[in-house]
Amino acid sequence: MANKVVKDADKAVEGIKSGMTIMLGGFGLCGIPENSIQALLKLGAKDLTCISNNAGVDDFGLGLLLKTRQIKKMISSYVGENAEFERQLLAGDLEVDLIPQGTLAERIRAGGAGIPAFFTPAGYGTEVAEGKEIREYNGKNYLLESWLKADFSIVKAWKGDANGNLIYKGTARNFNPMMAAAGKITIAEVEELVPVGELDPNFIHTPGVYVQRIFQGDRYEKRIEQRTFREN
Amino acid sequence: MLDKYSIARRIAKEIKDGFYVNLGIGIPTLVANYIPESIDVTLQSENGLLGIGPFPLEKDLDPDLINAGKQTISMTKGAVLFDSAESFAMIRGEHINLTILGAMEVSENGDIANWKIPGKMVKGMGGAMDLVSSAKEIIVAMQHCNKAGKSKLLKECTLPITGVRCVKKIVTDLAVLEVLPEGGFCLLERAPGVSVDQIINSTEGKITVSSNNVPEMGLD
Repeated sequence: MANKVVKDADKAVEGIKSGMTIMLGGFGLCGIPENSIQALLKLGAKDLTCISNNAGVDDFGLGLLLKTRQIKKMISSYVGENAEFERQLLAGDLEVDLIPQGTLAERIRAGGAGIPAFFTPAGYGTEVAEGKEIREYNGKNYLLESWLKADFSIVKAWKGDANGNLIYKGTARNFNPMMAAAGKITIAEVEELVPVGELDPNFIHTPGVYVQRIFQGDRYEKRIEQRTFREN
Repeated sequence: MLDKYSIARRIAKEIKDGFYVNLGIGIPTLVANYIPESIDVTLQSENGLLGIGPFPLEKDLDPDLINAGKQTISMTKGAVLFDSAESFAMIRGEHINLTILGAMEVSENGDIANWKIPGKMVKGMGGAMDLVSSAKEIIVAMQHCNKAGKSKLLKECTLPITGVRCVKKIVTDLAVLEVLPEGGFCLLERAPGVSVDQIINSTEGKITVSSNNVPEMGLD
């Protein structure tokens, strides 16, 4: 089998060029590919279209690539935690395509699963439905949505092996599995790269067939957006 | 008039044993505090969890475990984790019994607006459009009037809508109302100390009363 393991994040993002479309996993700051985002900063590719549920915060996650103006367009469901984003959007320097979260997840899933389009009820009767084909099934209206694909998908998992098999932890799974399948080239960064055979095949979330490059991240900050806890 | 905690307490009475429930951000999140221990309810978080538990102790905070509001949480015994596509499959597939969410406006035919104010920063709809288009049962938790004193229960929504003809029940600081299948709000219960006239005067959309003697809501 071709060796999928690369030395580090810099090696993993090689070939990402200005103008490309990139998917990045994560929900808020949970399950984002921290090390690859740092490598993208260094790489300097510009005019990127980024497909990601959120846009990070001012000084972390995709917020870092916004600051350096490497992102031309965001395709997301919610972008509310980022002042730099707001500034660029209002100034007309940034395009944004807002998509209902379930539709975003399913469009990415469809991209990886070879389904060019599907009907969903989400957004019927709203501005999201403008210009889209509407069809009625069993008395309810649905709108046609198409697949999303990417030149590169960058996902973050808890554990992975050299075959690219991945296991996620907690709610850090979120968009990562669908994105892994929807990239022409998929980069997986993991907290722990384990020997082939160590992951129990019964509990692998993403089969390695979707992953072309894998590496163990140097460092995970795992920043918390809303630190909530109880006293006792 | 009810405070937000009492609105949450009243809504908790709508939750039945065995329900799977999705709670939105704001007042809906508070509902979790008032679900009686005598019933078995599973809370869904659309970022990929069935079985939201209480907030963790500070020593147990886990950055890999958050709810849809990005708050750190815990899991109940028997919880299950999944990806976002699966999460919305169970929402669109009508496997979630009840969705409770906030709103800026509700119209008399059940349209809801809660994601966008033209001219202000657009943050995005998140999962709200998927939830309202598919939930079996939707309860809206909100103030009856906005800060300017204008009714939020309207003939037609003035803000961009999130979904059409989807709201069935509304609990406000003044009343419990249902949206009738043929359109119009029907007053079911009034908050303690609030008169029927006050509720009618605070409602811009068409409103009828369920009986000559509208009961006060019970909050115990």
